[in-house]
Formats: sequence, C-alpha cells, structure tokens
Amino acid sequence: MTALLEATDVRKSYGDTLALDGVSLRVDAGEFVSIIGPNGAGKTTLVNVLTGLTPPSSGRVRFKGTDVAGVGPARLARLGMARSFQLVTIFPALSVADTLAVAALSRLRRSTRPFAALSRDADVRAAVDEVAALFGLHDKLERAARTLPQGDKKLLDVASAFALRPDVILMDEPTSGVSTADKTTIMQTLVHAAQRMGVRAIVQVEHDMDIVFGYSDRIVALHQGRVLADATPDAIRADADVVRAVLGIATTQGRTQPGRA
Amino acid sequence: MIVRALGLIAGAALVLLPLAGVPYTTTLLLPAFGYAVALLGLNLLFGSTGLLSFGHALFIALGGYTAAALTGRFGVRSLELVLLAAALVAALVAVPIGLLCVRYVKIYFGMLTLAFGMLFYSFLYKFYALTGGDEGMRVLRPMLLGRPLEHLDTVAYLTGPFYYYALGVLVVAALVMRRLVGSPFGLSLRSIRENAAKAESLGIGVRRCRLAAFVVAAVFGAIGGVLLVVPTGLADPLLAYWTHSGNLVFMLLLGGFDHFLGPVLGALVFILLQDSVMSLTSYWRFVFGAILAVIVIFFPRGLMGLLDARRAAAS
Ligand SMILES: Nc1ncnc2c1ncn2[C@@H]1O[C@H](COP(=O)(O)OP(=O)(O)OP(=O)(O)O)[C@@H](O)[C@H]1O
Ligand SMILES: [Mg+2]
Repeated sequence: MTALLEATDVRKSYGDTLALDGVSLRVDAGEFVSIIGPNGAGKTTLVNVLTGLTPPSSGRVRFKGTDVAGVGPARLARLGMARSFQLVTIFPALSVADTLAVAALSRLRRSTRPFAALSRDADVRAAVDEVAALFGLHDKLERAARTLPQGDKKLLDVASAFALRPDVILMDEPTSGVSTADKTTIMQTLVHAAQRMGVRAIVQVEHDMDIVFGYSDRIVALHQGRVLADATPDAIRADADVVRAVLGIATTQGRTQPGRA
Repeated sequence: MIVRALGLIAGAALVLLPLAGVPYTTTLLLPAFGYAVALLGLNLLFGSTGLLSFGHALFIALGGYTAAALTGRFGVRSLELVLLAAALVAALVAVPIGLLCVRYVKIYFGMLTLAFGMLFYSFLYKFYALTGGDEGMRVLRPMLLGRPLEHLDTVAYLTGPFYYYALGVLVVAALVMRRLVGSPFGLSLRSIRENAAKAESLGIGVRRCRLAAFVVAAVFGAIGGVLLVVPTGLADPLLAYWTHSGNLVFMLLLGGFDHFLGPVLGALVFILLQDSVMSLTSYWRFVFGAILAVIVIFFPRGLMGLLDARRAAAS
C-alpha cells in the first residue's frame, strides 16, 4: 500500500544550521502520529516541509503517491493536506464564520467565484455551522477572530484546517499554552472532529507526554534534525534505551512530564 | 441606518442637481464620478486585499489616452465602445505589470507601482509622435448610447446627458463592486489581507487572487479615466503623474477604505473641498496636507467611518 504521506531523506539547512538532517517518515491512513523532541529539534521545520511551506534542501516528499516538490501550500491544501500553526495564526479582523467559510469555500472549489453571493451559499453556511459546532465555536460565529480568548483563537486555527475536510492534518502543538486538563478536552475534540470530517490521518507536534502516549499510534522522536526513534508507544516504553534517550531529551526542557504507563 | 438615509439623500441630490440650474456645480462634480469609479477599483486592492498602489493613475491615464486615440484618431465616437476598449487595454497592461508587482507586498508593492506609473508618465511625455508629448491628445465629444447630441453646446452636453451617463456608469460600477466584495472572491481577498500565509494554508491561491484584484482595479481605473477626460477634452501626461496617484490615495483615506462606498464619498468630498479651498487660498496643498494628517491620525476609517460609527464598534 502506498503511504498517505511519505518523506524520504529530507534535509533542510538554514545557513550553517542543519534543521533537518536526513529525515524519513511515513504516515499511513488511519494513523495518529506524534512528533516529539526538544526545542529546536526541527519539528516545525519538518511540518513546514511536509506541507509545502518550506522547500527542502534535498530529499523527497510524496503525498498520496505523487511527488509534491514545489507544489506549495495552497495546492497541497486543495489536494487534501491541512495544517495548523505553532503560533496562533488567524485572520484578525474576520469573523469566526468568515474564517471557517474561507476553508469551506476552498474545499468546495468556490474561492474565486467573483459574482456569487456568499451570504446565500447554503453549502458554505452548513459547513461553517458543522465545524463551529464540533469545536464549540457556534455561539461566537459573528465575533471577530481577534476578540476571541487565546484558547478559542487556537481552536479556530485548528477548526479552519479541519473545515478543509483534509485527508491528512498536521498540527504544530495544537494544545500549547493550555493546561493539561484542557489539553485532554481539546484532544477529544480533535479526534472526534477527525472522525466526523473523514480525516484519514493526524500528525501532531506535541510536548506533553501524557497526551503523546495516550493518543498516538506511533511516535517519532526528533533530535537535532534526525529521527531518534520511530515506533509505537508500547515499543518505545519497552525499550529502556529509547525511553531514556527520548524522554530524557524531551524532559530536559523542564516543561513536560515523562509518560506513565 | 444613518448611512442609508444620508446615502438616499445624497443620491437624490446627485440626480436632481442638473435640474437646479447650477451648471458650475454640476460640471464640477463630473470628475468626482470618474474618480469614484477609479477609487472603487483601487479600494478592492487596498481595502480588501491590503495592497496600496501609488501608481494607480497609470490606469486612469491609460483610459484617458484610449479615449483620445479612439475618438481623435480612429473616429470611434461611441462612448460604450470607448469604455469597453479602455477596459480591455487596461486589463492587458495590468496583467504583466501585476504579475511583477504582486510578488511584493507593503511598501515594496507601493514603490513598484509608483515606478510603473513614472515609467508610463515618461513614455507619454517623450513619445511625442504617438502621444502628443506634454501637449497631450484631444478627446472628441463621444456619442452616448448611439446618439450624437450635436445640437447641444458643450455645457448643455456635459451638464445634461453626459452627467447622467457618468452617474449611471458609477452606479453600475458600484453595484458590480458590491457584488465582488460580497462574493467568495471578495472573502478570499480579505483573508489574504489579514494573513496571507494562513490563507495559503487554506488553499487560497494568494498570488492569483492578488493579480485578479490588480486587474479589476486597473479596469475600474481606466473606465474612470475615460469619464475624466471627456469633460476636459484632453488626455495629457499629468494624468499619469505620481501626484495624481497620490491624490487618489488621499481620496481613498478621506472617504474611508473599509466601507465599499467610502471611495465614492472620498471622491465627492475631495472635489468639492478642492474647489472651495483653492478659491480661498493659494496654499491649498498645505491645507490638504493638514487635513490628510488629521484624518490618518484621528479618523483612520475616514469620513465613512464617522458616519458609520455603529460598524466601527462592531468590527
Ligand atoms: N527560518 C529559519 N531561519 C533560520 N533558522 C531556522 C529557521 N527556522 C528554523 N530554524 C532553525 O532550525 C532549527 C529547528 O527549528 P524548528 O523551529 O523546526 O524547531 P522545533 O523543533 O519546532 O522547536 P520548538 O519546540 O521550539 O518549536 C532551530 O535551530 C532553528 O533555529
Ligand atoms: Mg516548533
């Protein structure tokens, strides 16, 4: 079976910094993959390369069996790959409804219609309502994005990515800046939304080891631009060396807890 | 509510003005219609897409010279044909220029558009054989809806049929623009203005949308340009000069760029203000500069923002 998303020997250098040093990664349909690693490990760079935002210095990225080098984020999004950002990325002056409508229109291939009346598009309206309800944003549809509390901004960023109904969604720290209790709620929301939206695979960057071990089918540990481990949570727990290496590195930042069995 | 009421009153005043027997005021307003059309386009670029062009007068000049060439050189006197041709020429010129300009944003976009405006100005100025150099080209009185109207003297023509024609073009342009702004395309433009990287990640073709906005703005600019040169009977290089582009930006800020009718208000007020201030003092540029500073500092949403305070609170 061809992988949904596959990176082969990807390198990315910024001047002297080698942010990615020969990373290979495979994501299959039905998988929930977590990318972990300390600050500066290259997690965001990897997500950016996979989603076409950053061209790799060398190496290949294939999505649904075709090489997507140079395709760019906009076309990749239309091909079925969505992402959210580490730092909250919203349209400050647009309402929640309009933000979600941008994604819905894109999925319906209607983004460039110049003379259709947006306010009378029932398909878009329905799509917006559905996603807003899934993410608990339905009573804030007319609020400008910039007036939302920080947590809702983050949710809106993620919700708009889901509104594309992508095959794969890549989320760069979807629960960052949120308490552990809230993290679990958000993760439930994401998993539920993925089922409802027909998302076939989730890739997330996450620091919280409870979340990582609790939800992932597979964990990819990055360190200094290299893949240190790529295995199921059980396999990683079983291998004392990997646990030490992965969790040791992951906890050196002092802001995460090692996973408990 | 207030805006709608005031809009109705203003609209009625504009329709009735030619009947009031004040030909001076009536002809005074003609350029406001041309500017308003051009500004509707410029505002799609700035208000919606977030790209501020400092060279938009290029397209006004393009419209003006198309009108001059067609009426004066090629004997095409139908204003409908002239408008159509100006729109086509503007679109053809805007595509290559836009392809270059929309690769850049913010000040770089502005500077590049300024540069193209200056290039076109020099072209008009230097290629005497083609453009008449600094003397410009004459624009002959066009037929309106197939009617020559030769029995009318110039003032009667301008304050009668042409006034309503220009007003009609403005109304159509405003309706078209309202449609565009309220369309999926309009929302795509706003999303690009707010956050291009995010828009791109949601599948919006950022450059293509920016280019489309640029071309639409150019077409509106050229149509406005045609309306501007008919009353003066002349297309000259100053139409493309950078101060003219600057005036357009001034009118836009004056009227307010976050309401789609802001540009229309800006054009009308600018023209009336220019007339009254110029007749009072020769330091009118100084006065205008001060007004611009006050608007930018205290009323960033322009006059439309003042009238439409309710929306200001909401957004
Ligand atoms: N645009 C850039 N220009 C130069 N260097 C960069 C750029 N982006 C990332 N880097 C460098 O590449 C390395 C990997 O950065 P990246 O952002 O991918 O790390 P990360 O794993 O996402 O870290 P964090 O946990 O802090 O988000 C770092 O050393 C970083 O300084
Ligand atoms: Mg990161």
